Amino acid sequence: MPEHASTGQHGSPAREVGAFLRRRAEQISQRWADEPLFRTVFTVSRDEAVEAGRIVVDALAQVADTDQVHDPDAAGFTVVREQLSRMGAARSRAGFTTAQVSNDVDALRPPVENLLVADLPDEPTELVRDCTTALTVLMGTMRLVVLETALSEGQALIERQRLQLMEVATPVIKLWDGIVAVPLIGTLDSARSQVVMETLLEAVVDQHARFAILDITGVPTVDSLVAQHLMKTVAAARLMGAECVVSGIRPAIAQTIVQLGLDLGTVITRASLADALAYALHELGADIINATPGGAGHR
Amino acid sequence: MNHDLSGPVTGHVPVLRLGDVLLVTLQGDLHDSTAQQLQQDIGETVAGTGVSGLVIDISGVEMVDSFLGRVLAEIAARASLLAARTVVAGMRPAVAITLVELGLTLPGLRTALSTEVAMDLLAGSDPASRSGGPRQESR
Repeated sequence: MPEHASTGQHGSPAREVGAFLRRRAEQISQRWADEPLFRTVFTVSRDEAVEAGRIVVDALAQVADTDQVHDPDAAGFTVVREQLSRMGAARSRAGFTTAQVSNDVDALRPPVENLLVADLPDEPTELVRDCTTALTVLMGTMRLVVLETALSEGQALIERQRLQLMEVATPVIKLWDGIVAVPLIGTLDSARSQVVMETLLEAVVDQHARFAILDITGVPTVDSLVAQHLMKTVAAARLMGAECVVSGIRPAIAQTIVQLGLDLGTVITRASLADALAYALHELGADIINATPGGAGHR
Repeated sequence: MNHDLSGPVTGHVPVLRLGDVLLVTLQGDLHDSTAQQLQQDIGETVAGTGVSGLVIDISGVEMVDSFLGRVLAEIAARASLLAARTVVAGMRPAVAITLVELGLTLPGLRTALSTEVAMDLLAGSDPASRSGGPRQESR
């Protein structure tokens, strides 16, 4: 390991780099302020960019002091993690890919390296080389930290949106005394169908519903998996004593179901939500009768 | 508190007779011995009294496993052999989901939202309409 190799009158190369970073913090942050990564994030004032660069340099120096140049979980990084992720996020928002952000971070290395070499003119070349290696490793680790935070940020966003999607996508509507309906919209995956099933069954209990209508007008395609989810929901509702009607099966979907050879035999299906409602009302003994054709309106 | 009761007291599940209907209310966990005892009690009572309906209220059951699912199916099958229709009432959503996930959809079993609905179902429905098994009003 180069960073542990030469320990003569000097400290380890990593410590040497740490000392150098502290010595030249001002210059480094000045140069970094001109790099795209800092320039695009701190557009208002250059001083702010320099200040931010300083904080990062300090953190790097601290990491170097503790000899943890290769460890992205080093304590020193925690201080600047938020700062780095903010910069990474700003670049991503500007439409840059993760790889480009990574290159931006990498672009911070050459200026520091030049300064480092210039700073050690009288030292043996071996030590200079070791120091440069340690610096490169350190910068690489920082690059890793930036990417890590950027990725976890994206992951958190996806997770948040997934939960939001689940919340908005499953309203249970009371259509009549004892009749509830769930209009399903979008593709059903197992997680979503689980939520649908739970909310529907809860509604069945709360509303004392004898009929539950699953309207799949908004479901673009039905494959065997979606059909299986539907069957499960229907079976669970039946176990609780409610009857489940599936409505909104468009001709194309009916065709697909037949072609796939899916057996919805035990499930009551209707073409539209209106038909399903009419069926449920009829079963409840609440038939809807048109007013007399004469137009008197009262019956 | 359920644990204290159901542990040592390998007790009885009461089988109540309400007119022409037997009412069994399950609460908490059902252990093997209790389930066996219950099946026996129900069988004897149905045979002895000649009731035409059996309501099993499981609204007090929070947890379910394949065992309970099988017990329910067996009770219903036995009762139908003895000419009584079985209705399972008040199943909780979580229990229903678990049973479905276990693949136990209990196709031959009638269900109702609550005991009240189950009673109506047994009282109101035409005896000839649908039933599983050989059932006549005799015995």
